[in-house]
Amino acid sequence: MVFRMLKKLINKPGNEVREMLEGMSMAFPEIIRLDNQWNNVYRAYKKANKVALVSGGGSGHEPAHAGYVGFGMLDAACAGATFTSPTVPQILASIKEVSTEKGVLVIIKNYSGDVMNFNSAAKIAQSQGIKVDSVIVNDDVAITDRSRRRGTTITVLVHKIAGAGAEEGLELKEVKRLAEKVIENGRDIGVALTPCSVPAAGKPTFELGEDEVEFGIGIHGEPGVQRMKYVESWSFAKMMIDKILDDLKLTPGDEVALIVQGTGGTPYMEKFVFYRDARKYAESLGLKVAVSWVGEFMTSLEMQGGRIAMLRLDEELKRLLMYPAYTIAIRNTGPFISTLVS
Amino acid sequence: MKSTLNVEDFYNVILEIARLIHENKKYLTDLDSAIGDADHGINMDRGFSVVIDKVGKMDINNSDIGSLLILVSNTLMETVGGAAGPLYGMFFMNMANKAMGKREVDYKEFADMLEDGLKGVQEIGGGTQPGEKTMVDTLYPAINAFKRGVERGDIEGLKEVLLREAENGMKSTINMVAKKGRASYLGERSLGHQDPGATSCYLILKAFYDHM
Repeated sequence: MVFRMLKKLINKPGNEVREMLEGMSMAFPEIIRLDNQWNNVYRAYKKANKVALVSGGGSGHEPAHAGYVGFGMLDAACAGATFTSPTVPQILASIKEVSTEKGVLVIIKNYSGDVMNFNSAAKIAQSQGIKVDSVIVNDDVAITDRSRRRGTTITVLVHKIAGAGAEEGLELKEVKRLAEKVIENGRDIGVALTPCSVPAAGKPTFELGEDEVEFGIGIHGEPGVQRMKYVESWSFAKMMIDKILDDLKLTPGDEVALIVQGTGGTPYMEKFVFYRDARKYAESLGLKVAVSWVGEFMTSLEMQGGRIAMLRLDEELKRLLMYPAYTIAIRNTGPFISTLVS
Repeated sequence: MKSTLNVEDFYNVILEIARLIHENKKYLTDLDSAIGDADHGINMDRGFSVVIDKVGKMDINNSDIGSLLILVSNTLMETVGGAAGPLYGMFFMNMANKAMGKREVDYKEFADMLEDGLKGVQEIGGGTQPGEKTMVDTLYPAINAFKRGVERGDIEGLKEVLLREAENGMKSTINMVAKKGRASYLGERSLGHQDPGATSCYLILKAFYDHM
């Protein structure tokens, strides 16, 4: 193997998370503000009398999660070190910062570290008199055993839909119901064409042969469930949608949201080719794609590859998915713009 | 034949753990990149470098074993993150329980402390058992063998037993399929790789061995 220096646009490895959050809060002071002590990001303007949504996790999945703080989505995001869950005191600080009388919903991705740290923080907050509940997102269909499934892209749809519900003034119980409904009806799967590298480690997290891909890759660059030969975009799209379809038991006529994204290092050209393939295949199976997202939502540093997520929609989920949002990564105008252009 | 550990021994053990973790930072990270997410050494080293800082500022002559271990626990929980933060935080916190206010413990008390620490790790990990390719595979056989030895009054050579069982336990993870943690997603592909958490546990028990 040829050794090569991994070049990244960072300064001292280990400082990249703080410096990234500083950059985000400097660029978008009207949307977020950064905690002085912790790597936590809060809404610039706290909204009282609304259920607060808290999420977070290891960094390296940008725009998750700081990019989703703002109107219609999260109230706080806790950023851990790259690919490492944030700590209990850090999460507790964020819950306390944004809690309201209506309560706090903590949205956790299903990784042992995240579950341990977020649940412990929620428990402590509760013992201190804060109304807290939590949900665990486990949408990665690459893992057969449901309880062990990792949390990936559907987490962002939970932010979006539960966030919209909270914005409309729903109670904690109802916001949680929405979150669970999204988890129940959403699935995701990914493929890696190249590995990624943690800045402080300075080398790729795993190795792939030139003609190999990792199918079912997790969002931390942890190896997937099957190594296979490279095939074309169309074949990947088909394999991935088949996996989701089998598990979600989608049937012709079902309405879905189709989320197609790169894993961090994938050009837009490829993302739209991949979306086209996914969309055509989904429609050939009789699915109705009512909402599409194409971009980067839950990435893995500079990894090249793609993820496909689907959410089965009903009127409630569809409306809340289209509800306005104003965050760094998602700017949803809702019905307003469509009345101007039509 | 030494059969007690005092607060200064614990102090030195903590510094020794930090040194061993720092020395093996790359090794632990390399093990983790084979079956995990390539950050175990980085995270542990970040945590223990803060531990050295804080423990170094302690007035060890006016402190006790329990308080020292609580400080280690809190620092790890605040700085390590991931799963290792709460797991090791719990290990040291449970070890501290029976050592609060004590400036010296005998091997019997030490064995109980280790056992409490192990239970903490098993609990917070969701009932982790030996054979699942985790920290428990190092801790469980080593701590149990040590406790049995103490109960028999067999102190001679007992620290060697602790170290040997820890090493065997660590190495036994090579032939295991992971059932817990990130490596578990690999299924059969996790075979043939030593578990990074089991390895850092070995380093910790090794540091105790060096000061027993």
